[in-house]
Formats: sequence, C-alpha cells, structure tokens
Amino acid sequence: MGKKLLMKGNEALAEAMILAGCDAYFGYPITPQSEVLEYLAIHATKRTGMVVLQAESEVSAINMIYGAAGAGKRVMTTSSSPGVSLMQEGISYMAGAEIPCLLANVNRGGPGLGTIQPAQGDYFQSVKGGGHGDYRLLVLAPYSVQEMVDFVKLGFELAEKYRNPVMLLADGAIGQMMEKVELFPQQERIDRKFPWATTGKPKNGERRFITSLHFESELFEKVNIRLQEKYKKMEEEEVRYQTTNIEDAEYIFTGFGLGSRICAKAMQLGREKGYKIGLVRPQTLFPFPKNIYAELAPKIKGILDVEMNAGQMVEDVRLAVEGKTRVEFYGRMGGMIASPEEILDHFEKKFIK
Amino acid sequence: MTDNKINETGAEDIRKPEYLVYQRPRTLTETELHYCPGCSHGVAHKILMEVIEELDIQETTIGIAPVGCSVFAYHYMNIDMQEAAHGRACALATGIKRTMPDKYVFTYQGDGDLAAIGTAETIHAANRGENILTVFINNGVYGMTSGQMAPTTLPGMVTTTSPFGRDVALQGHPLKISDLVATLPGAAYVTRHSVHTVANVRKAKRAMKNAFEYQKQGLGYCLIEIVSNCPSNMKMTPLEANKFVEEKMIPYYPLGDLKKPEVK
Ligand SMILES: Cc1ncc(C[n+]2csc(CCOP(=O)(O)OP(=O)(O)O)c2C)c(N)n1
Ligand code: SF4
Repeated sequence: MGKKLLMKGNEALAEAMILAGCDAYFGYPITPQSEVLEYLAIHATKRTGMVVLQAESEVSAINMIYGAAGAGKRVMTTSSSPGVSLMQEGISYMAGAEIPCLLANVNRGGPGLGTIQPAQGDYFQSVKGGGHGDYRLLVLAPYSVQEMVDFVKLGFELAEKYRNPVMLLADGAIGQMMEKVELFPQQERIDRKFPWATTGKPKNGERRFITSLHFESELFEKVNIRLQEKYKKMEEEEVRYQTTNIEDAEYIFTGFGLGSRICAKAMQLGREKGYKIGLVRPQTLFPFPKNIYAELAPKIKGILDVEMNAGQMVEDVRLAVEGKTRVEFYGRMGGMIASPEEILDHFEKKFIK
Repeated sequence: MTDNKINETGAEDIRKPEYLVYQRPRTLTETELHYCPGCSHGVAHKILMEVIEELDIQETTIGIAPVGCSVFAYHYMNIDMQEAAHGRACALATGIKRTMPDKYVFTYQGDGDLAAIGTAETIHAANRGENILTVFINNGVYGMTSGQMAPTTLPGMVTTTSPFGRDVALQGHPLKISDLVATLPGAAYVTRHSVHTVANVRKAKRAMKNAFEYQKQGLGYCLIEIVSNCPSNMKMTPLEANKFVEEKMIPYYPLGDLKKPEVK
C-alpha cells in the first residue's frame, strides 16, 4: 500500500502525474487549477527528470502535448474551462491522429470568462466532442481527491490502450479541497516503444508519420468507421460507475463529481425521513453507464439528477431510461453549489407532494 | 548486361552511374511531388533532404509539416514526421525536442502558417531558445487556399483578398517576421535566402547545414527564411515568378544573415 497523505485535489493530481512516470507536462496557468503547474515546477523535474514547461497559451500547450505524445511520450496537460475551450482544435487533431494523452479540466463556471467558482457546465464539451468532427474522448469524472490520483493512473493506461485522448472532468471544488489520499508507488519513466511513435525513422524500417489529414473520401470514411468502432469498444469495455442503496430503492438520485457527493448526503437525509432513495454515480461520462439506469428504470418511481449546470448529463439519463421512469432535474449554476437540504426539498416537491 | 546497352530509342544507353549528375537522395521518397511546376517548395524540399542525407541524420531527425501547400511534406520526406494544425508547428516541435533533446527537429512552414495564425508559437519558441530549425517559405501569398493575402504580401500586390492591391493603410504592412525573431535572445541563427537561381540554392543549402550544426551544439532557435515564388497564384510562368522574386520580393526582404552565432 502506498503512503497516506492529506492533500489538495490539484496537488494530488500533480503528484499522481509524477508517480505515473509521466514524461512531460505543458500547461498555462488558470484558476482553479494553477497549483498543478506550480506543484510540478517544484517537484517533478528533480524527482524523475520529467519535462515541465509553461507554454505561452493553452493553444500552444495542447500542441506541445501533440508533439511529445506523437513521439510516444506519456504526457498530460491541465486547464480550466476557458483554457480547455482554446484546446479544442488540438484535441480534435489528436483524436483524429489517434494520439494518446491525458487532459484534465478543473471546471469553473461559464459561459465566457464566467467565474473561478466550481461548476459542471463543460459536460457537453467533454462528452459530446467539444472540437470539430465525429470523435469521442474517454471521460473520467473524479468525485474525491483520491479519485484525482486513481484516475491519473487509470487515465494514462486507457489513453495508451485506445490510442485516444482521455479527459479527467473535475470541478473547482474537487481541485481545491483537501482530503486524505493514498498514493500509488512510483512508476518508472520508460520508453513505451510504440511502433507508430515518431522517434526517428528505424534504420531498416518504414518512416512513421502522425497525421489526421485524409484527401480521399472513400478512405477517410473507412478511417471514421474504424474510429467509431473504437468508441463502441470503449462503450462495451470501459463503463465505470458506483451505486449505493439501490437494492430496495424506489427513487434514484444521480450526479457526477461533486454533485454526486451532495446527492449522497441528500439521500441519507431522505432515508432518515423514510424515503427509499438510492444513488447512481457515473465514474465514466463517456462511455456513459446507460445500462444501470435502464435496468433500474422499470423498478423505480423516479430519478432526480443533480448537476452544477442547467441540465446536461440529465439528457443522457433520459436517453438511457427510454421513458420508463420519470426523470427530474435540479441544478445550480454560476459557481453556486446546491445544499443537501435543497436537493431533498426539490425531491419532495417533485415526487412526494 | 553489356556496357553498351541499347535503349528504347535504338541509341546507346548512357544512363550509367558514373555519368550521374543528380540522384534523388534516399531521404526523399519516390512519391511524385504535387507542387505546381516551378514552385520553390520542390527545391526547398530537395536541398533540405540532401542536407539530412549528407549529415547522415535520417534516423535521428523528426520533421513537422504545416498546413499550407506543403501539408503533405511527410509523403515526400523519408523521415519520421508529424503534421501540425495550421500555425502550431513550433509548439509540436517544442514538445518533441524537449522530450527527445538528442534528436534533430525542424518545422517547415509557409508565411500564413508561421507569420499569421502561428505568430505566437513562432515568437515564443524562438524566445525560449528552442533548439529547433524552422524553414520558412515566404511566397507572399496563401498558396494552398488559392491566392489570398498573406502577412508578407507586398504593398500594392494583388491577391484574391486584396483585389486592388494591398493597401497598407487598410490591411497593414508586410510583416518582416525574421527581422523580429532576430531581435530575440533565444534566436541563434536567422538568415534569409532564396532558391530562384542555382547560386542561391547553394547558399540556402549551406545555411541549412549550418543550422543543423548549430542545433547539434544546442545554440538555440534557427530560422531560415526562403523568399519564394508561387507561380500559380502570382499568375505567372515560373520564369516570370522568379523575376518577381528577384525584382520585387528581394528588395523588400533582402537576403543575408540577420543573426549568426559567434563560432569559436
Ligand atoms: C485553423 C485553420 N484556419 C484556416 C485554414 C485554411 N488554410 C489552409 S492553408 C492556409 C494558408 C496557407 O498559406 P501559407 O502558410 O502561406 O502556405 P502556402 O500554401 O503558401 O505554402 C489556410 C488559411 C486551416 N486549414 N486551418
Ligand atoms: S499554389 Fe503556389 S505555393 Fe502552392 S504548390 Fe502551387 S506554386 Fe507552389
């Protein structure tokens, strides 16, 4: 077992990056995640020789990631909403060129410059393909400082398994709060020897090139079909979620990240009042855990989806239940966080009274 | 297999290795270039790849292709390459070079790519002193998208988006980005060349050799601007386009070194 420490979410994420044998980090400061670059600047290079570079913009950062990842390196960048918007071109290119990398969005309130307070308004951007073209990111949603650590390790593995960018969609609160975490042992920085990586043409082998450009439509359609098959495989193999109290549940609360934590407390308050409430918490937002909602739908009286946005994941919940149960939504925006009491209140208004 | 083979036309075949005056370097693939006849891109590709062959760094060099007419450079250059988004080549190169400092890394970019949409990436890579080479094809026009105004379009020059000639009061001045880069402490070698005559081709090739040598020594950012033609969009024959380079472009973008490292 690894060390147990009290750490801030963003710093735990940075520490996990070092421990995962990450080769390079390129990033640009933005609240509420600047601690990642600050932490790495102190600790990373002297411990593992990892490259840490502050780029001139998020546009540059994501393209430095493209270059290094295309050379087969294990690389990561982090940002928050406005910065992640700037990265969308690069993310689309990486999805198209099938380059593995790990990204994190410590989501703040939007649209526009918005607020530095936590929010979950970037669900659509992360899950539905924020850049151009038909592509998907594998999206992990940590709900604790521990999962900030665990999902860095998992995220790199999934990115390399699927040759696809993986997005860690956290929020400002998870990034800023301090909790107990257990770290994993230091992994070595190794040459992963990917056959596609541009590390210099092999002496007697073919040259490698990384590109997302295809001029012939017949061939490019085939590339697209292959990409879609890959996303399908992710849907079959990588769904992750957690449930609590679903065995006897008549109602389900659901949410991701911070939203799901508050739901858990609201569920507890509701149980004390005699309501049989369970909880479903997706850990992967793409692939979305459709099946668990579909299985529960005919057995329950309704679902309350709680998010820190105007209702984004709730669309996927509704698609999953195919009208077999009622789905209500409660959300706060602009950096506001719902209290467990107001969630329960909303639940009673919609389902009980 | 006799020495005096007869060829298809019935004459003695003079195609013998000892008569060869030019051979495709092994650093160029056999793929036919798609560039328009007379275009500077073809010549620039050839000398760059000859240099890589002569320095024997084919297996240790990674190139970045831009978005522009040379977007398919990776089909021609027989080395490992990455294709960047429009303007981002220097950021990719930074990512590669920082994680593999012992490899040679170059970007190959047009003026729109390097001096318009990618200005920030170029200037900051230069300013950080990234140990990379940029080969900059300045043809004063957007070639790939068929002839729009570039940041380097000359005053009064007609393009599809400056149909009455570039009006500097409305559309700004041609950007001498190499001069700008030369002022940055991170830039080691900034030099302007052309490939419109044989003598100029030789000099440009020499500059490329220098740049890889400087990269080996870790001296910093190297930029080789090549004042180029674009016969198709200049709506000229290759000869006329080369004359335009000589008479109009070079007076505005004078050839020569803008910055050179002190060599012991
Ligand atoms: C983000 C983005 N904007 C615009 C384009 C369209 N585009 C492709 S090439 C190009 C200009 C290329 O001109 P230049 O860099 O001068 O190279 P040349 O073709 O002249 O060699 C433009 C605007 C693009 N591909 N991507
Ligand atoms: S359009 Fe211009 S730059 Fe492009 S290949 Fe043709 S001549 Fe060269």
